[in-house]
Amino acid sequence: MKKILIALTFLLFGTYANADCNIKSGSINILANDFPALRTLVETASECKGKADFKVTHSAEHNKIAVPALTANPSEFSVRVAANSSIVPLMNADLIRPMNDLVKKYGKGIQDSQLITIDGKVMAVAFMANTQHLYVRTDVLKENGIAIPKTYEEVVAASEKIRAAGKMKYPYAAAYKAGWNLAEEFVNMYIGHGGEFFKAGSAKPNINNAKGVATLNMLKKLADLSNPDYLTHDSEAIKVEWESGNVAIMTLWASRSGTLLDDDGDAKITAATKLVAPATVGGGNIPAATLWWDGFTLAKNRSDADAEASFRAMAHAASSKEMVAKAADQAVWLVEGFVPGPKSVGVIEAVKMGAKPYPMLPQMGLMHGALGSEIVEFLQGNESAEQALKDVEAAYMTKAKEQGFL
Amino acid sequence: MPNRSFFWFFLPAGLAMILFIGLPIISTGIQSFYAQHDQILVEVKKCDPFGCKVSVVVDQEATSKIKDEKPLGKFNGFGTYIDRNHLAVDQVSEFWGESKSIGDFINKVGNLPFYKALVFTLTYCVFVTPCVLLLGFIIALSLNAISRKIRGPLIFGTILPMIVTPLVGSLVLFWMIDAEGIIGANLQMLMNDPYLSLKSSKTLMWITIIIYGVWHHSPFAFVVFYAALQTVPQEPLEASIIDGASRFQRVKHIVLPHIYPVVTFVALISLMDNFRVFEPIIGFSAEGSAQSLSWLIYDNLVNEEVILFGSAAATSIMTIIGISIILAPVLIRTWREFKINR
Repeated sequence: MKKILIALTFLLFGTYANADCNIKSGSINILANDFPALRTLVETASECKGKADFKVTHSAEHNKIAVPALTANPSEFSVRVAANSSIVPLMNADLIRPMNDLVKKYGKGIQDSQLITIDGKVMAVAFMANTQHLYVRTDVLKENGIAIPKTYEEVVAASEKIRAAGKMKYPYAAAYKAGWNLAEEFVNMYIGHGGEFFKAGSAKPNINNAKGVATLNMLKKLADLSNPDYLTHDSEAIKVEWESGNVAIMTLWASRSGTLLDDDGDAKITAATKLVAPATVGGGNIPAATLWWDGFTLAKNRSDADAEASFRAMAHAASSKEMVAKAADQAVWLVEGFVPGPKSVGVIEAVKMGAKPYPMLPQMGLMHGALGSEIVEFLQGNESAEQALKDVEAAYMTKAKEQGFL
Repeated sequence: MPNRSFFWFFLPAGLAMILFIGLPIISTGIQSFYAQHDQILVEVKKCDPFGCKVSVVVDQEATSKIKDEKPLGKFNGFGTYIDRNHLAVDQVSEFWGESKSIGDFINKVGNLPFYKALVFTLTYCVFVTPCVLLLGFIIALSLNAISRKIRGPLIFGTILPMIVTPLVGSLVLFWMIDAEGIIGANLQMLMNDPYLSLKSSKTLMWITIIIYGVWHHSPFAFVVFYAALQTVPQEPLEASIIDGASRFQRVKHIVLPHIYPVVTFVALISLMDNFRVFEPIIGFSAEGSAQSLSWLIYDNLVNEEVILFGSAAATSIMTIIGISIILAPVLIRTWREFKINR
């Protein structure tokens, strides 16, 4: 009996020993957003930390910390888990290092499609994809004889029908919180209308046009079908609304489905929740959504030894077949060996429908910021769509001039 | 105290003030006159999991060379101060020319970010400061009049709003006024309007923040007034009672004149605090309807993925100037009285 026990313990620890990548020194300090898939990834990376010092900071405020923390020399973090938008300020300020050598030396399991290359330099290694798509309550739709909506016009019609039936007061929800979230909804809807944010080949804004007006009008229609407090609702708040059964159709991040469909909350609502493709808008054929990747970057102001240790641990996670098998429900992994499950429907459909990635442009952050504060008055009904778009362009131009883009 | 010992006594505090307040303000002032260098952009091929595309990035080699030569950035003079996101000199004069009426002009100017924030900040000051003074004084008077036995616990209860962290206090109220919170839902029922939302209406949101401000700041005024009330001499009060003065007359003619310097002090501090209103806007997620000058600085520094140091510095300097202007009348008056008393 004793021998069997010893053998069993060896077996258990044996698997851990396998995961050890034999890192002898250095220190690893990771800054990442806070959602389940990233926690899984970081845990997987820590399996292989070896003798390196390992620290991690998960924070929803990661965007605010990143630039100052990486500007310091030596920087606070050696790894920054970023996405298409948040890598831009890091590149603008030259805070992350190319990792071609490290990929060649230690990146065996990483697929070529995971590499984010800028002019041939590998600046990030992606491990998951994300987008915003529709979530529907099949029971409510069926009760009211509504087919699953494919366009935002159908979403509006369906929501109006549900409201008219007296079933729900505010049948639609999306993260319309003034600031980053609201601007993201505009970006999605504008791209769905086929809009371009900047005049070709320049940083001059290009949103005050018919497509911009159509975008705002659609956002307003949807907002009128949402909880009146929509300007204060972020992704987490609308998730709570959904779990309380107040909402029948919702636009939400694919990466949030994990906690939405877990065992907490009303089992009936969870069972009736269906993830479907993102909607199109205004007769367009690409979805009104943007594709996102999440990947890791390495801080420039950190020693080479730290960068190497960090890369090896992160590469272990970003190529771990066990991790993607175990956590297949948490994200759409870009790692080899991932078998998409029912929760990946949104992203996979978005890619199939030809969704565009979020624009990775140096001046996009300024546009996003201007959108987040200047279109609020239109939604509140205090301003015309044209005036709101004019304000966005003016606010953007002023900031872009100060930053030297114009 | 002889001047010499005063100097040595004041030296450590003075040094700390220069180091931690004076120098940062000077540095902020310098920063506000600079903008970023022109960005040098190059077209490169970018590849990600969704495909490859030719688009622009910042040319790091060229940029770092310019940055090493002039680390502060490009000298911009008052450029940042007068641009659209601050004083908007060009826009205001343009509006003046094209507006048909004063109302139209005010509307257009009120739509500019700096003036929008200024209007809210001033409104907040104008409403909150007098209310705080009045409420604090009334509470202090009434607590001073009740039995000593229950005074202790009551005083503690009264200063609770000040003990509660501003952010927590505003969050509690934020949840109460939610469309499904206790205040929000009851208001909807009372008004018989299912789409009524305190958070989406600008006016209601302003009123909520102002009420919160009064609730949060009154205890401070109360504590100071209460302490001052303890120093009011009893003899004149007793004499006035014998003369047949009413309660109101006693307060007006004896108590108020006695604690007048303290009232000035509380008014000064409240004005300064209120001009920098910030936490309730974050706590109530009220960015959409209410923006203050402090919030603008915060927005420039953290809400954008690109940090706008020049903009934030310019707004900071203008906030300091704004506070000085607001405080000037009170300060001048105090100074005159000081001279007369000497």
